[in-house]
Amino acid sequence: MRDRIKEKLQDKLSDWLEPSIKRVYFSIDKKDIFKVTQVLFKELQLRFITASAVDNPDSLGIVYHFSNDPAGEVYSVRVLLEDKIKPEIQSISPIFPAAEWIEREIWEMFGINFIGHPNLKKLLLADDWPEGEYPLRNKK
Amino acid sequence: MSHKIIVPIGPYHPLQDEPEFFQLYVEGEKVVDIDIIIGYNHRGIEKLSESKHFDQVPFLVERICGICSSSHPYAYCLAVENILGGEINIVPEKALYIRTIIDELQRIHSHLLWLGLAGHFIGYNTVWMWAWKYREPVLDMFEMVTGNRNNYAMFKIGGVRRDIKDEDIPLLRKMLDELLPAVDLFRGAVMDDPVIKMRLKDVGTLTYQQAVDWCVVGPTARASGVNIDIRRDDPYGVTERLDWNVILEKDGDIFSKTIVRILELYESISIIRQSLDKMPKSGVIDAEVKDIPEGEGIGRVEAPRGECFHYIKSDGTNQPVRHKVRSPSFMNVASDKVSAVGGTISDATITLAAVDPCYCCTERVAVINKINNRKVMNGWDLVKLSQEKTLKLKEGYHGRPK
Repeated sequence: MRDRIKEKLQDKLSDWLEPSIKRVYFSIDKKDIFKVTQVLFKELQLRFITASAVDNPDSLGIVYHFSNDPAGEVYSVRVLLEDKIKPEIQSISPIFPAAEWIEREIWEMFGINFIGHPNLKKLLLADDWPEGEYPLRNKK
Repeated sequence: MSHKIIVPIGPYHPLQDEPEFFQLYVEGEKVVDIDIIIGYNHRGIEKLSESKHFDQVPFLVERICGICSSSHPYAYCLAVENILGGEINIVPEKALYIRTIIDELQRIHSHLLWLGLAGHFIGYNTVWMWAWKYREPVLDMFEMVTGNRNNYAMFKIGGVRRDIKDEDIPLLRKMLDELLPAVDLFRGAVMDDPVIKMRLKDVGTLTYQQAVDWCVVGPTARASGVNIDIRRDDPYGVTERLDWNVILEKDGDIFSKTIVRILELYESISIIRQSLDKMPKSGVIDAEVKDIPEGEGIGRVEAPRGECFHYIKSDGTNQPVRHKVRSPSFMNVASDKVSAVGGTISDATITLAAVDPCYCCTERVAVINKINNRKVMNGWDLVKLSQEKTLKLKEGYHGRPK
């Protein structure tokens, strides 16, 4: 699977990291997320586990986790969003519906806007939650 | 003339542990659309975890769910151990066996709980009473081993907190032996009963392709023919050294989901028996981990409802900087959007319950139609509707009304 991913996405990958046998991390540019997800989910048939947003000191990041079940491997795709004021990324929900909820959660918790999401509204927080308050962002 | 009626189910009920709110759009009897609204139980565990010491987090994540309360600390510990050693196993041999035993005991009690609820929803209250009766000895076993009937506080990074005493093992074995006839009874009651079969076959079907697209996990996925089980695919504990099978069905309806869960009870009992046989008689149970280095780790566990996923990012201090939790129901409940639509309203209760979301949230149901007269049904009415359908089938089958 590693070779197939490298072959399909060769020009888009960077920082390939294998901290342990079954855990693989790599980075991509944020403009490639839709294309990369399409390759991983549709062509290579990996299962989408979830996405974790991370608040770094000078940027926001999203780690998309995909599972290759027959081999028990987890592929984590890292995306960095440098703009912390108005972070935006293309939504992957149009490819498969399972990503809808997690994107809504990241949107309300971290304030990352998902372009092209079919139904971007509050998932866990109350409807009258104050605008611009993102609970999982680190306070300065 | 058809008019669309909204039937709200939920969000609160004293019985449920996960408040969810389902809005069913119905036309006559038929469910045409569904809105799932969650978030009533949001406690900010991920944020809380970032302010806790690594050793305190297992106690916190244990309280995410009262039913699968060993899966979350287990997945968390695996994630931290992933940062610590990569593939090198730092956990002592005996602790691995104890972890597996706790994990499987939990699967038995959770599946029995679901079986009871499912029985209640379709009007088989005897199944409900029996399933919960036989669940009690499992909780007793937990009490014997861990000291607690729920929230076992057994897991810690690098091992477990309590040992299984040698003198307890014969009694545990005896209790497992006594459980086996009960599982036989349930298998007979469900598989051979023509009315249950008529009631659950082709109801709430999730096809293979839908299961793949919605990325469902656990028994929900396995009932639709998706061959995943983290215990086999990404082995943890001692499951790869033992002899057991992954239960797979093809149809994706509620009958298949029930079969998968019942047959998994046998596998879990077998895993516990083998673990008790092979467990070392003595040895340490804790690797005494001190510092957590900088890095990222992922831990996955097959919880009773499916894959439980934890992602930890550490910066070398004594607290995680990011702790992401993805419980199996997060993926499974979302798939109700396809499995409940197209069915009838009397099937909705069991369909929404079939993914095992700890669901009892039928508190109030208001049926509103176009002319604006309002009839309020409570959760019990909805359960009654479901039970009446079973009764009708029963009468039809036996050929005479009772």
